[in-house]
Amino acid sequence: MLLNQFLLLSAVLFAIGVYGVLARRNGVLVLMSIELILNAVNINLVAFSALRETVGGEVFALFVIAVAAAEVGVGLAMVLLLYRNRRSIDLTEIDLMRG
Amino acid sequence: MTDLLTLAASAAGSGLPLGITEGGAWLLRNVWLIPLLPALSFVGILFFGKRLPKGGSELGIAFVGIAFVLALFTAVAWIDHRDDFHGEEVTRTVAVAEHHDEHGDEHHGGHGHPSLAVHNTVTWFQSNGVEFTVGTLVDGPAVMMLVVVTLVSLLVHVYSTDYVAGDRRYTHFFAFLSLFSASMLLLVVSENTLQLLVAWELVGVCSFALIGHWWEEKPNSDAALKAFLTNRVGDMGLLVGVTILFFTVGSALPGQFGSFSIAETNALANAGALSHTALLVASCCLMAAVMSKSGQFFLHTWLPDAMAGPTPVSALIHAATMVVAGVFMIARMYGVFFEGFSIGGSSINMMALVGGLTTLVGASLAFVQSDIKKVLAYSTISQLGYMVMALGVGAWTAAMFHLFTHAFFKACLFLGSGSAAHAVHSFDMKADMGGLRKEMPHTFRTFVIGSIALAGLPPLAGFWSKDEILVGTGGWGLFGGTGGNGAYTFMLVMGIATAALTAAYMTRCVYLTFFGEFRGHGHPHESGPRIVVPLWILAGLAIVAGFLNLPKGFPLVPDSLQERFGHFVEPVAGYFPTIAHGTPSWSLAIFSTLVVAAAIGVAYRYYFVKVEAASKACGKSLTELPNGPTTKYPLARRGHNLLVQKYYLDHLYTDVIAGGTKGPLADVAYSVNQNVIDGVVNAAGENAVKAGNLVYHRFDQLVVDGVVNTSGRASSGAGEELRKIQTGKVQGYAAILFAAATVLAGVFIVIV
Repeated sequence: MLLNQFLLLSAVLFAIGVYGVLARRNGVLVLMSIELILNAVNINLVAFSALRETVGGEVFALFVIAVAAAEVGVGLAMVLLLYRNRRSIDLTEIDLMRG
Repeated sequence: MTDLLTLAASAAGSGLPLGITEGGAWLLRNVWLIPLLPALSFVGILFFGKRLPKGGSELGIAFVGIAFVLALFTAVAWIDHRDDFHGEEVTRTVAVAEHHDEHGDEHHGGHGHPSLAVHNTVTWFQSNGVEFTVGTLVDGPAVMMLVVVTLVSLLVHVYSTDYVAGDRRYTHFFAFLSLFSASMLLLVVSENTLQLLVAWELVGVCSFALIGHWWEEKPNSDAALKAFLTNRVGDMGLLVGVTILFFTVGSALPGQFGSFSIAETNALANAGALSHTALLVASCCLMAAVMSKSGQFFLHTWLPDAMAGPTPVSALIHAATMVVAGVFMIARMYGVFFEGFSIGGSSINMMALVGGLTTLVGASLAFVQSDIKKVLAYSTISQLGYMVMALGVGAWTAAMFHLFTHAFFKACLFLGSGSAAHAVHSFDMKADMGGLRKEMPHTFRTFVIGSIALAGLPPLAGFWSKDEILVGTGGWGLFGGTGGNGAYTFMLVMGIATAALTAAYMTRCVYLTFFGEFRGHGHPHESGPRIVVPLWILAGLAIVAGFLNLPKGFPLVPDSLQERFGHFVEPVAGYFPTIAHGTPSWSLAIFSTLVVAAAIGVAYRYYFVKVEAASKACGKSLTELPNGPTTKYPLARRGHNLLVQKYYLDHLYTDVIAGGTKGPLADVAYSVNQNVIDGVVNAAGENAVKAGNLVYHRFDQLVVDGVVNTSGRASSGAGEELRKIQTGKVQGYAAILFAAATVLAGVFIVIV
């Protein structure tokens, strides 16, 4: 089985995700990037699961998907509220927690 | 000695027969239901009483009524059980059996079949190998008390619905009547001394609450406090006595620390397995409890004051039931007292002496009271003295029988006095009563029946029980009468003197209340049926209760009807001592009756003839002769004054003992306070200041503060540096997170 391709795909996706999280200023895009990171992980889990012929990794991937859905729900709700209150979803402007 | 007892003893080898069984009829084993019912009624009245149409009284009457019916069934079950039960006896294995066998032959002699008490316990808790149990011990005296308490309580409940009608704390009153009944019933079925103590304190609390029922008036709350505090003196005795017995029994039981069990304690005491000194000390302590609870001389002073409570309470608690708790306790622990005071010998012991003095003191004080309830209160003291004296001379059955008959006629008298007072709104015979026989025929008749029963004229109840006590003193040598446990001639004299005094003061009381002309205000009228019916029931019992224990050899009835009460009530068992029984004597009965009749005659001549004539002569209703002996003779006046001042006992307690101790005590306490305590405190304070200064300068300022300041500065500086990376920007944090993850990953790759 060609594991490397899957790992490479996942690494690329992860890198794109990290780039998106760190560099984009739009909140929605950051959330989308987080999804990319999670799915990169999912690809890894499923790939290794297939390699070892067990279902553990696939089950775990399903859990990740479920949790990701919940996380996106909460994240989008926060973005929506941010927009309502500040008319902007630029993450660089949101620094109320500065020490 | 019967085969059953022998069998049980031999079967258990060295076992000591306790005379108790775990078997028996269902009702005898589950007699705890009877105290439970009024306890439930107490809770019910407390929570729902105010919402019920009759303010909770119907609940009390219903539950006490059921308890009475159960008590009657229990009595029937006991009568069956007494002679016909052939179950297994519980024995205790201790190394004293030979001792028991030594006088095994005379033991229970002449009584035939033993009466096995029905014993039922559950473990309450265990501590350090000692098992604390709660349970019931049902035998003759317990069953007798169950019937008496529930019956009098029921009648008093019914009576109270009229007597305290419209009272502000009507519901509260019935709640406490129920709680009192529950506590007293618990006391009489108690299986161990600890449970007895709990019930004993509970009846004390109820007594306190009910005496102070009308606490808004100072004398009433004072009386309640006096009763409570006086009882406290004796309760200490009970506590100490119970503790001594606990350890004394423990010393005789192999591998056991102690025991509260009444049956075991008595059985071991009877078998001679316990040290006589310990028993004597324990008996003296328990006797203190009896003296306070049962109003024995010289702790009796609370009982007359307790008349501040409502009359039904006086009838129930301070005449018929609670005050006999002390007498009952002696009867319960009779093995201990019998050995402790050596009642079997004919030397005068503390119990007989206290009882004898109490009868005389009570009877003499009853003469000078003008409050009708106080006459009855002193009479109660006197009669309780009779019972204690009877127990002190070994006439156990006579004492129990007197308790039984006294409960009826004294409750009748108290309720009668309440009925009269209800009509004239006062208890003062001299100021507000007189001539009531015309207006209150039922109260008058029942009161006279009660008085005759109390005075002890045949054939009413009081005669039989009083006569048995006189026989029991054994001091009567004429015409073949012999006593049981030695010749207590001194007690016999006191008993006969008291009988004469009793007859005379009751004659005086009846005259002042019901004869002459009415001296109060308004128009008294007869009480309603809820008062009169209980009066008649009690009067009826005051007439017939005496026939339950006709003396042996009484000619008019068959043998099977003689001494029925004694047969069913007196235990014949390992936990009860062997007591000899006196032989009834006709000459003593006739002599005491003549004395009583003569005393009534003298009082009759003074009040009904002389005072009546003087009243006619001056046209108003007199209570004493204008030129009576107290005005003519200084000695009589001084004697009268001594009685009015109640032998100066109250002065002794409040002025001499309390007053005499509190001054010097305060002085000593003050000087100790100034010199010793203040010195210690001051020195300690000064040294503490010096030590404090040293510690402050050397240790606190340098070491502790140094550490604290350094750590503060360190965290402050670290915070200064770290706040720089706290930008508040999510992506900055994310960048740090990923960077850290990368570094960690690198570390793992390198290391792993």
